[in-house]
Amino acid sequence: MPAPENPESDDPVDEVSAAGSSVADSSTEQAPAEESPVEESPTDHKTAALEMRGIRKVYQSGDAEVVALDHATVTVAADEILALVGPSGSGKSTLLSIAGGLLSPSEGTVVVGGEEVTQYTHKELTSFRRNSIGFVFQSVNLVPFLTARENLLVVSEFGGRDKKTARARADLLLGELGLGGRLGNLPGQLSGGERQRVAIGRALMNEPELVLIDEPTSALDTKLGEQVMELIVNEVKGRRTAAVIVTHDKRMTHYADRTVEILDGHLAA
Amino acid sequence: MRLAVRELRRKPLRFAVAGTALFILTMLLLFLGGLLDGLYSGSTGVLRSQSAQLVVFSADARSSLIRSRIDPAERATIEAVPGVERTDGLGVALVGAEVPGETNLADAVVVGYQSATASIPAPPAPGEAYADRSLERHGVKVGQTIGMGPQRVPVTIVGWVTDANFLLQSGVWVEPATWRQVLGSSRPDSNLSDGTFQSLLVTTAPGANPNDVATAIDDATGGKTDTLTRADAVLALPGLKEQNSTFTSIIGVTLFVAGLVIALFFALLTLERTGLYAVLKAIGASTRQIFEGVVLQAVVVATISFLFGATLVYLVAPLLSRALPFQLEPVRTVVTFVGLLVMSVLGSAISLRRVVKVDPASAIS
Repeated sequence: MPAPENPESDDPVDEVSAAGSSVADSSTEQAPAEESPVEESPTDHKTAALEMRGIRKVYQSGDAEVVALDHATVTVAADEILALVGPSGSGKSTLLSIAGGLLSPSEGTVVVGGEEVTQYTHKELTSFRRNSIGFVFQSVNLVPFLTARENLLVVSEFGGRDKKTARARADLLLGELGLGGRLGNLPGQLSGGERQRVAIGRALMNEPELVLIDEPTSALDTKLGEQVMELIVNEVKGRRTAAVIVTHDKRMTHYADRTVEILDGHLAA
Repeated sequence: MRLAVRELRRKPLRFAVAGTALFILTMLLLFLGGLLDGLYSGSTGVLRSQSAQLVVFSADARSSLIRSRIDPAERATIEAVPGVERTDGLGVALVGAEVPGETNLADAVVVGYQSATASIPAPPAPGEAYADRSLERHGVKVGQTIGMGPQRVPVTIVGWVTDANFLLQSGVWVEPATWRQVLGSSRPDSNLSDGTFQSLLVTTAPGANPNDVATAIDDATGGKTDTLTRADAVLALPGLKEQNSTFTSIIGVTLFVAGLVIALFFALLTLERTGLYAVLKAIGASTRQIFEGVVLQAVVVATISFLFGATLVYLVAPLLSRALPFQLEPVRTVVTFVGLLVMSVLGSAISLRRVVKVDPASAIS
């Protein structure tokens, strides 16, 4: 499948700067609305899904400091898919964790959907993840004793959402993902690809601002990996949701609107 | 919460080890409790079946019914004490009972009493007795005449009473003259004159403070008596306190072990689920929601184990009570259940620290 064209690829909010460099003001240099392939309000254009500015993450290792991210700045537009590539230990997972409110940065600011989350407490971060972020984990990580449908519903149960609405959404998502006939199957009864699709459905269950996907194809063969990537792109784009896909597989980067490389905690466009 | 329930339903075998351990501990707890209650009720029925507030012993008897003597003169002094409404004599004689057709003697206590209580009818005619139902196990029947003591004083059973034993010997309740006859025949040195009893049961006047009346009685007799409340008199029975404290300690240790089993099991389970909890936290579960699930699982496992354990103990209780002083009280069952629930909550709470420490960031690594 060809990489989807990003209609806002010239938009300055798409810019990725390396450590210490600035990011253009998205509010003044937004692409014209008529260039967008879908109808969007001006507000949609102005609000980036993710803005990370000057992010630094330092871990203590004995007396030494390990810099996992060094003044990383990145912005992801509201319906953009960004691929983040880099070798092991380059800081990909740290960046993803900070973007998703799993880790707090040592320095810098994180804004998701126009909401700054940098100073959030643990409780606020939990609520933020529950309502605004969708995760697809490397090893899928479905709850093994829940059916495909329940693995989606668990997200809404944590948020105390209406059961009937949640059930309808779970069934809709799984239907779209080609799992309409597998709603009642446990993960152990699903193939690797099917499990990955359930995980994608789970990530979209809470209608997130941003979907963070960690190595989605690492456990799949090339063909299945491509199918999964197509599915991710279709589902994410279809909902005009932003996504960051972490991958070490450069063959998969053409599915993204943009690719950013990360090396030793430094981002490079 | 729903997640925890679904795991219990779909992966019940995961909890089988803890469930089995708690099932065994439940049976042990109820068995120990049943023995304690059986020993307690079998030892104290004579005093507990009374309705009087006070029990008067002679001062030198050290609160022992067998050693105590209250003669008519002392009784008259006691009856004159303000706050004393009425007095009733009480005496016991520990003897063997010869039951027709039975080769072994039945251990019995002949209780001489003067008035009906809430659970014991008014004294029968001389030579007749109400027998505790525990004597049925020894072949005793209503209408049968059994021989009491070494001289086999004949006593005809005219009805049954329950929970009316003393020092684990079956109660045979008779009017005072028959009791004196049996006592005198079994212990010639213990012949008591008419009107003399081993102890006096004192019913206090309405509004009178039993403790004040007890003090007044002992003052009035010049220190020749030792008056106790009925509850204190029960506890003063030989070995009763030691028996209670020993069993209570064993039951406490067993409950602690139950808590330890729950704590260890759920600590291990939490350790095993660290990855799952990290994912759940990452997708928005709070520590509280996860911890509530752990506690719920511990409570459900403890409850189901208790139900199985209690059912089995209740099924075998009739067999046990034939061979042992075993008596399963509903209150004991409820208290054991509540104790187990408390230990399941406390035990599972040990996992809280580990649940708190689960880092959602570890879901991405």
